[in-house]
Amino acid sequence: MHEYSIVQSLVDSVESVARPYEGGSVHHVYVDIGELAGVDCDLLQTAYDTFREGTICQDAPLTIERIAAQWECPHCHLAIRRGEILRCPSCNEPAKLAAGDEILLRRVEMEVA
Amino acid sequence: MCQDCGCGDPNLVPIEVQHRILERNDQTAIHNREHFSADSILCINLMGSPGAGKTAVLEATARAAGNPRAFAALAGDLATENDADRLRAAGIRSRAITTGQACHLDAELVHRSLHGFDLDDVECLFIENVGNLVCPAVYDLGQAANVVALSVTEGEDKPLKYPTMFQKADLVLLTKTDLLPHLPHIRVTKIYDALARVMPDPQVFTIAAINDSGMTQWLRWLEQRRAKLASSAPATHHHHEHAHAR
Repeated sequence: MHEYSIVQSLVDSVESVARPYEGGSVHHVYVDIGELAGVDCDLLQTAYDTFREGTICQDAPLTIERIAAQWECPHCHLAIRRGEILRCPSCNEPAKLAAGDEILLRRVEMEVA
Repeated sequence: MCQDCGCGDPNLVPIEVQHRILERNDQTAIHNREHFSADSILCINLMGSPGAGKTAVLEATARAAGNPRAFAALAGDLATENDADRLRAAGIRSRAITTGQACHLDAELVHRSLHGFDLDDVECLFIENVGNLVCPAVYDLGQAANVVALSVTEGEDKPLKYPTMFQKADLVLLTKTDLLPHLPHIRVTKIYDALARVMPDPQVFTIAAINDSGMTQWLRWLEQRRAKLASSAPATHHHHEHAHAR
């Protein structure tokens, strides 16, 4: 259960983004979590809702976008289908992860006076 | 409040960022990596389930290499110093990192554990991570390579169930292969097939730590990785901006 420690880092990140907007409050937080990031979105949501009290994120709901894993050939960019061997059937190259390992703070909405 | 139309809505300022949430951990990991690189130490993050045989692999490594002084280990566990004690008995200088309730090591824990740890003559530092196939994969520690120990007793489809861990692995050590005669339902080919569906270019060595089988290939791999490290190491020590308090 490392989601609590991720939330701690998330709140720190939001604080650094919000710092220039003195007097404002954080209204909404958006994150991208890749399917292969090793982070469970439900647990992250629960951890956030538990941990945000008393922090800069207290009144800000969290929206999590789950990014699907996308493997592709580094040469011909052929997409490898889910569950298949991770090697390009035409070039025989090992596939590369094009998306799906993100643990990103993407957007913070600030309410300003 | 909205000054334009009097609707009473608050003034919302959207701030678009692409901020890595674990950036602080990643920065510390970079710092650790610079230390290892400057000292020509190959750092291996050894992960796997509890009981996969991580400590046994390291004991066998020390036996097979014949020069345990070249190795050091940080052993992560929720509680006890048992693994560090075992490794010390095998001749590997070791420190335990007891995490309490934490299910993984992070770069800061590793950094703190390195302070005051004698790494003279060490060629290879193993970080034996907390036994867990999920959380340790998320945190960069500053290692040169991730190695995952997977025992044949864990079942054929473990890689499919824990894709993140295996996707991040540079090498898989398939351990306890001496038990295969007692496991007629386990087909090693199925394990290889599962790995190929979660790792783009799977490299797998089979190991039986109990009789030191598979050690030659593993030691050669470590040597090659260390040689690669030496060829890309910076010429001078990096600049330190923080005090290294103990």
